[in-house]
Amino acid sequence: MSTPHATPRATTEGTVYTVTGGDWDEVVESAVKSDDERIIVNMGPQHPSTHGVLRLILEIDGETVTEARCGIGYLHTGIEKNLEFRNWTQGTTFVTRMDYLTPFFNEAAYCLGVEKLLGIEDQIPDRATVLRVLLMELNRISSHLVCIATGGMELGATTIMIYGFRDRELVLDLFELITGLRMNHAFIRPGGLAQDLPPGAIDQLREFVKTMRKNLPEYDKLATGNPIFKARMQDVGYLDLTGCMALGATGPILRSAGLPHDLRKTDPYCGYENYEFDVPTADTCDAYGRFLVRLEEMRQSLRIVEQCIDRLAPGPVMVADKKIAWPAQLALGPDGLGNSLDHIKKIMGTSMEALIHHFKLVTEGFRVPAGQTYTAVESPKGELGVHVVSDGGTRPYRVHFRDPSFTNLQAMAAMCEGGQVADVIVAVASIDPVMGGVDR
Amino acid sequence: MSESQSHDEKNHNGVPAPREDAGIIGVRKGMFGADNGGDTSGYGGLVRTVTLPGATFRPYGGWFDEVADELEGALEEQDLLPGNAIEKTVVDRGELTFHIAREHLVQVARTLRDDPALRFELCTGVSGVHFLGDKGRELHAVYHLRSLTHGRLIRLEVSVPDSDPHIPSLVEVYPTNDWHEREAYDFFGLVFDGHPALTRIMMPDDWQGFPQRKDYPLGGIAVEYKGAQIPAPDQRRSYS
Repeated sequence: MSTPHATPRATTEGTVYTVTGGDWDEVVESAVKSDDERIIVNMGPQHPSTHGVLRLILEIDGETVTEARCGIGYLHTGIEKNLEFRNWTQGTTFVTRMDYLTPFFNEAAYCLGVEKLLGIEDQIPDRATVLRVLLMELNRISSHLVCIATGGMELGATTIMIYGFRDRELVLDLFELITGLRMNHAFIRPGGLAQDLPPGAIDQLREFVKTMRKNLPEYDKLATGNPIFKARMQDVGYLDLTGCMALGATGPILRSAGLPHDLRKTDPYCGYENYEFDVPTADTCDAYGRFLVRLEEMRQSLRIVEQCIDRLAPGPVMVADKKIAWPAQLALGPDGLGNSLDHIKKIMGTSMEALIHHFKLVTEGFRVPAGQTYTAVESPKGELGVHVVSDGGTRPYRVHFRDPSFTNLQAMAAMCEGGQVADVIVAVASIDPVMGGVDR
Repeated sequence: MSESQSHDEKNHNGVPAPREDAGIIGVRKGMFGADNGGDTSGYGGLVRTVTLPGATFRPYGGWFDEVADELEGALEEQDLLPGNAIEKTVVDRGELTFHIAREHLVQVARTLRDDPALRFELCTGVSGVHFLGDKGRELHAVYHLRSLTHGRLIRLEVSVPDSDPHIPSLVEVYPTNDWHEREAYDFFGLVFDGHPALTRIMMPDDWQGFPQRKDYPLGGIAVEYKGAQIPAPDQRRSYS
């Protein structure tokens, strides 16, 4: 490894070591040789272009990044540990906060896992499944819009940012209409959904699809053919298929390397096999390809949303098994969505059994047979996998989320090293990491 | 003797094989989480063992047999007795799990990745599970491998005792496991031998203890709500 600094020499009185000046000579030599421009820079964790509290440690030689490392953990909230101290239904309120741009995917993946452990996948009402797909696809649009908007802003293209957040607001309005909240919905529950669609939602959804069809081409006009935009994006953040597979990158990063891998097609869940949509790919392996893939995915999501609206048939949105279905009924009051007074009147005034049942389910929850399962959904960022372990109790024994942002962020070094400092920002933006999901 | 014959007959008829080698991970007592004599309902005397799904015998059904055959064949070609590497095979809820002896994990993973008939190219990381009741095998590392070529998903599980939490690292086979193994080390204290830089990833570098082990408390403080004291989550009543 290094040269010995105490060279041994055999003498008649045994081995004698001559101690020299350590590695000081080498240190001096390398300091003379080294370039003065070589510095190590901390980018973040409070840097606006690192998407939250991501810390990048860059070794820079002039304008070239020679080494790049990520420091993460600044947003670690112990969600996985906390889940072990709440009942199964309460889990959704935690997981929805992980990757806060894709709450419905977190909830859906978790609930699909719990339902698989319970063995009730076949009993989930169709309407609930269709609504889950509908919400997930709307969520995919809003997540991609944030990615494109913030990515554009970091390039200085503030118009894209304004457009992106304008359209995302339309999606959030729908979320607010349907779930009562703009984020952290906890709307998808084990067994179904918390609530059915409110009156007028279908009309608003149709209106939204129409508006988005009009708005999406604006991104093409603004960015897709824009020579400045292309100059900043093309051949930046390069990661080919081999790199993607080795580093476990999924989602738009993998599809920008040309592999049409999408869990909605290869391992369908929630009845995705019955929807018509395409999996867009690019063959450029760069940030520009990822931008194109995301843009096209939003169009495909609109197609799925339309099919969902057409497919919605009246029916229940919660599993019929009253031992699993969350007993509370919600209603819209003067101060917003809250407990249904009619339901409270019924259980408090007329049915003692209903009250006991309600109390037991809310305080204690239901038991899930012992075992483990892995369910994965295609989140906007890639494969969002959930490893759920039950010991047969009323609380999860262990829940682990394989968040795509966490895995994809590992590719940062491969994308950035050898490139320019300014391109680091583009590369990281094209990964679309959300630290809430990375750190959990 | 007659029992084993009937097993064989059942297997040949394609009837799901009975489970043996039940994985007992704990014993549950009582029902309402009250162990101080306040429970007069009689449910306090309940005692139940907690059992994980045990070993499954062939046929596993579907493509599971194909994967198991290919894996066993490929291991035999490498002069490794499959029985030594695969401790137990579990089929539960439509998912296939191979329990792998830790000393053979890297070889098994490499075989699963490289054999054309297996081709599990994508590892979705490692998830730690801490079974305090699984004496001598408290720490489990669970890997999920996905084959894009064949559209399959399998699970590898390696279990080691608390006293010797060493597992060979899979980073050389699946580089994506770099951060995942650091995460499992950070939270469970699983030491992945051969990992290029096994350091904490989420917790501060000088953190003491491994937070997601079951004997590590959640912590928290009591909160006053509308005049009542609500205890910290890990101090609240739990229903067993």
